[in-house]
Amino acid sequence: MKELLKYIVRFALFVLVQVFVLDKIHLHQMITPYIYFLFIIWLPFKMQRTPLMLVAFLLGFSIDSFRHNPGFHAAACVLIAYIRPFLIKMLVAQDISETNYNEPSAKSMGGTGAYLFLVLVLTFLHNAWLFFLEAWQFGDIWYFIVKTMLSTAISMLLIIIVELIFNRNQKFRTNTA
Amino acid sequence: MRNIFLFIRRYFNLLVFILLQAFCVFLIVQYNRFHQAAFGATANRITGAINQRYDDVGYYFRLKKANDSLLKANEFLYNKLKENYTLPDSGYKTKIDSIRVDSILQFRTYGYYAAKVVSNSVTSQNNFVVAYGPNIKYLNEGDGVINMNNAVIGIITNITGDYAVILSLLHESKESTITARLFKAGEVGTISWDGKQPNVLTLNNIPKGTKVVKGDSVVTSGLSTTFPKGLLVGYVDEVYEEKSSSNYKIKLHTAADFTSLEFVYGISSKHADEVKELVKKAKAKL
Repeated sequence: MKELLKYIVRFALFVLVQVFVLDKIHLHQMITPYIYFLFIIWLPFKMQRTPLMLVAFLLGFSIDSFRHNPGFHAAACVLIAYIRPFLIKMLVAQDISETNYNEPSAKSMGGTGAYLFLVLVLTFLHNAWLFFLEAWQFGDIWYFIVKTMLSTAISMLLIIIVELIFNRNQKFRTNTA
Repeated sequence: MRNIFLFIRRYFNLLVFILLQAFCVFLIVQYNRFHQAAFGATANRITGAINQRYDDVGYYFRLKKANDSLLKANEFLYNKLKENYTLPDSGYKTKIDSIRVDSILQFRTYGYYAAKVVSNSVTSQNNFVVAYGPNIKYLNEGDGVINMNNAVIGIITNITGDYAVILSLLHESKESTITARLFKAGEVGTISWDGKQPNVLTLNNIPKGTKVVKGDSVVTSGLSTTFPKGLLVGYVDEVYEEKSSSNYKIKLHTAADFTSLEFVYGISSKHADEVKELVKKAKAKL
């Protein structure tokens, strides 16, 4: 119950920060700083893939409602929610992630490198899919590539800052407790 | 039959993924078609209310800017007053009409209704402005919207309660509905946006040979019921010759500053329904 409440609050905070802080920053037309999808990355290891995708859809749809453009962010979120379990399975030895820690972080994934790789790949996929859908009608491939690269770089920077500031205390959980 | 169930169970995640993606793409395609808002009214109302709260705070800090802008608009209107002009006929006398009927009213074709911008974006590929105000009820979907200094902002796509969602000029436009006229040359073309910079538009379908110079103003054509004639759209920046056609491609910079919108006016045409009806009848005869 406490866990659920934590995730609901986190969901609301991510949406509000994204819409009312980051979307208001007009750095350049090329760059949109996105961090709200960190919510998906921070969801527990144990979550099944189908509920994961449904929650991701809900998150994306909330962002879309504020931008009055339904579908774009929802599609990108569903994509990274679908890819996340594959990546985690690839990066982490199965038994560690299943039992000891609750959600992905530098500590629980057994190294900053592995965690950052996960975040980088998912950030890139999210941005690429989002801008691909948006740029569908324009068909300007270089614009699309540069925009994806720059936005991914800015997102990564923000995510690293968020990780450093907000220290999620990850308890080491054992089966005996 | 059993195999089908086994298949579904085996690939359930993949199927859910594909279904959700398909639904998203359906939403994108459905919504982008102009005037076909598949989006729920509740979503608009909820986000509208939250946006309004946020804007209430932000507005306080932008009061100075809003003030300056209002001053400019007022100056423009003062200059238009009849008292500022001397009539060429020196023998005229003012007579007061004793009939108590507003004779102007029947000739009014457009009404202007003010609204406050509560949310605005310029960075996505389709940008929307949300406006709020008690006047919204006089406006309809498809009505044009201008800013305080008579520059075109966009067209209303959706109205729920006191909120209006406006599709700004900054949207990818396959079927652009906004036509514009070169003020000096008089040629009419269509306005589109390439999705890159929030203050650069393109004017298409201007035939080669038209006299265009950098700095020429581009105004609304008045050929549709959306906007009256002569509202500013932008100023010519560069003129390119399209190789494959006999048209110019003209880059404009917008007259309106889309990054700082405070108040907007919705323009409701009194003849819109009549014109629509006529066109419908004409189409039926074909």
